[in-house]
Amino acid sequence: MTTATYDHVPSHSGGGLAAWVFSVDHKRVGILYLIGSMAAFTVAALMALGIRIEQYAPGESGVINYFVGDFSKSMSTPDAYNSMLTFHGAVMILGFVIPGLTGFATNYLVPIMIGAKDVAFPRINSFSVWMYLCGVILALLFFVIPDKLDMMWTGYPPYAVKTAGNTAFYVFIVQIMGFSSILGAINFITTTVYMRAPGMGWNQMNMFVWGSFFANVLQLIFLPFLSTAVTLLFLDKYVGTGFFDAAKGGDPLLYENLFWLYSHPAVYVIFIPAAGLVFEIIATMAKKSIFNYKAAVYGGFMGIAVLSGDVWAHHMYTTGNPNWVRLIMSFTTIMISIPAGLVALSMWGTLYKGAITWSVAMRYAALCFVLVLFGGLTGIPLAEAGLTLHFARTLYVPSHFHFIMGLFATYAIFASVYFWFPAMTGRTADTMLAKIAFWFNAAGTQLTFWPLFYIGAEGMPRRYWDYSVETMGPRALDWEWWMHIATYGAIINGIGLFLMVSGWAYCVFAGERVGRNPWGSKSLEWTHASYPIGPGNFDEPVEVTADWTPYNYTK
Amino acid sequence: MQKLPKGLLLSLPAVMLASIPAMAEGAIVNPTKLWIETWHEFRGDLFAIGGIFALAAIYMFIRYTARSPGQVGEPVKLSAAAAWAWVLIPSAVFLADDMLLFGKGWTLFNVERVVPQNAVEVKVTGHQWYFEFDYGNGVTDQELVVEVGKPVVLRMASEDVIHSFGLTEYRIKEDLVPGRITYLWFLPDEPKETHVNCMEYCGTGHAQMATPVRALPKDQFDQWVAKHKSASAGELKFASQTLDGTASK
Repeated sequence: MTTATYDHVPSHSGGGLAAWVFSVDHKRVGILYLIGSMAAFTVAALMALGIRIEQYAPGESGVINYFVGDFSKSMSTPDAYNSMLTFHGAVMILGFVIPGLTGFATNYLVPIMIGAKDVAFPRINSFSVWMYLCGVILALLFFVIPDKLDMMWTGYPPYAVKTAGNTAFYVFIVQIMGFSSILGAINFITTTVYMRAPGMGWNQMNMFVWGSFFANVLQLIFLPFLSTAVTLLFLDKYVGTGFFDAAKGGDPLLYENLFWLYSHPAVYVIFIPAAGLVFEIIATMAKKSIFNYKAAVYGGFMGIAVLSGDVWAHHMYTTGNPNWVRLIMSFTTIMISIPAGLVALSMWGTLYKGAITWSVAMRYAALCFVLVLFGGLTGIPLAEAGLTLHFARTLYVPSHFHFIMGLFATYAIFASVYFWFPAMTGRTADTMLAKIAFWFNAAGTQLTFWPLFYIGAEGMPRRYWDYSVETMGPRALDWEWWMHIATYGAIINGIGLFLMVSGWAYCVFAGERVGRNPWGSKSLEWTHASYPIGPGNFDEPVEVTADWTPYNYTK
Repeated sequence: MQKLPKGLLLSLPAVMLASIPAMAEGAIVNPTKLWIETWHEFRGDLFAIGGIFALAAIYMFIRYTARSPGQVGEPVKLSAAAAWAWVLIPSAVFLADDMLLFGKGWTLFNVERVVPQNAVEVKVTGHQWYFEFDYGNGVTDQELVVEVGKPVVLRMASEDVIHSFGLTEYRIKEDLVPGRITYLWFLPDEPKETHVNCMEYCGTGHAQMATPVRALPKDQFDQWVAKHKSASAGELKFASQTLDGTASK
């Protein structure tokens, strides 16, 4: 392979609008996913800021109506807050993290990492991304529709059936995004199984390819449960059926079971590929092979995937399920710590005797170590039904899942943007601004969520726009102080994210040009892909030898 | 509704882990206190694990920072036996810790979910957005008043959407689900006023769906009952409610 100076940008970063709209190239599709998910993230992150502003002090802040587009203040503060929180949850999960991982990262990276020219079904891939983008546009119409959705992202009946909020709107978003995900899952499972370069065995695949593979398998198996749940919800509300209506012989818990039968595995749809991204970054930046690769893949990732469908009712410890169900789910849930522990051991072990270069991507990967460690450990008490009879629906729960799922995946995605920025644009985004933004983000996440862990454990409920001495006793005075810290944390985090995205926008056009493999990686997207990368990915068909791995730095 | 598991499953850890003397003597264990003890034990365990991993990460971040550009990591080649050992030994350690924690959690759950024989029963109905308490004998109210030292069992249902009865200061909650009767019990062990908060999202008034829970000494409690009985005598049941959830006392 030549190492010519890099004097023009990759061909997929140019072209007119039509070249993007009708493109079936997986790299362009991936970048469209990134644009859509960053749009969703930006708006949903503003909602998060609104949440923290409203909770800064007891009483009405008077500003959150603006966050949901209600400039005439026709909604009450609680209604505006509930809509804002519903949007934040639904759009962050369905519009940002899942498409960021199984859309952007999977599309852009998996075919190149396995040495394929494109995906198995490029046109279906294009259809998937446009369906997803329609879903994002639909979700953003939230700001102009009346009767804003307010059933929270979980959409539990009977509330979601009785509310004046627009449940159908939520159902359509879920169905469109879900259908897009199912097509994507079929596409990438097929691609990974059948289109690997000659000579590439399963045990030579990149960790991210494995992560993406398990995520897509889980999507394919479990998405139909969510689809069923919201379809029945739709029928209950608009056709008058009674699947979830106790008065008609239905059961509201049926919805909760169906919902979590997808939505718990969805946590691993997010966690596993995000962990895969972190592995890619730390192995490359520490110039080390993955510690105990097979244990991480077959024990860790596969173990989590296998257990993922057996733990859903731990979201329902207080819902009136029989006691024996709660105990069994406590047991299966705490078992997750074993495969998760193996993933952590391999992450930590990969750094051992490494030679770490602190690029911006590596810094974010280090933040992910903090998030996965404390996000994971705070989940262990939640696995226990006995303790969770108190923890359930307190702020402890959102703090836990923001660490392990929300923030871990978010910063794994952002780390990946920095890491693969040279591959996508021919330029680097590692600037002083990016390093400053990192410290804002690192401090912001910790300042926001540790206070919420604390007051959550003390009993502050989630999904509350207000807290006061009248409704909670004198504890509320103490909590107000912690809420101040959380709000400052969110503002600091917001500044960091703004600086980060501004830096990207600048660097796409004016960043410093770098060579084809600035990190010295051994993975195919850096070593073998055509230069600059264009349609077909590789100048000549890739073939790998038996001793090739993407992490072999000793050869 | 849950007779079999209560008898069979829930009593097992009590027999197996008869480490709590009070339980063996048949006295009532205060679930709130046991919750706090259990949480502290969990927290200690987790801080220990978290501390080890955090220190290891910090050490490696510093120790293994590249000293020169182009430096590569030292390969760590695992033999097949070592690779298996790195799976089996950590898994065994995690499993052992899991089982220890699960045992503690089970013991706690056993105490939380097995209602003492002498518990006083109060019926709770959830509405958007208030709780209604039926003490029997025609006494209803919108605040929960209980006697110190007597375990209280709440039998709960909902009239409209799902609510949740969150006694956060007693470290216990249970949902009110339409079409079901659920239960929780707690032991008010000292005179104090706490609050119950609705803890399953139920709409506009969710954050304001709260009411005092007053634990009174026996004499004051008896006075409260006597006063309440005379006040509600002859009135229609539930007549004291207004639609906005405020009680006319």
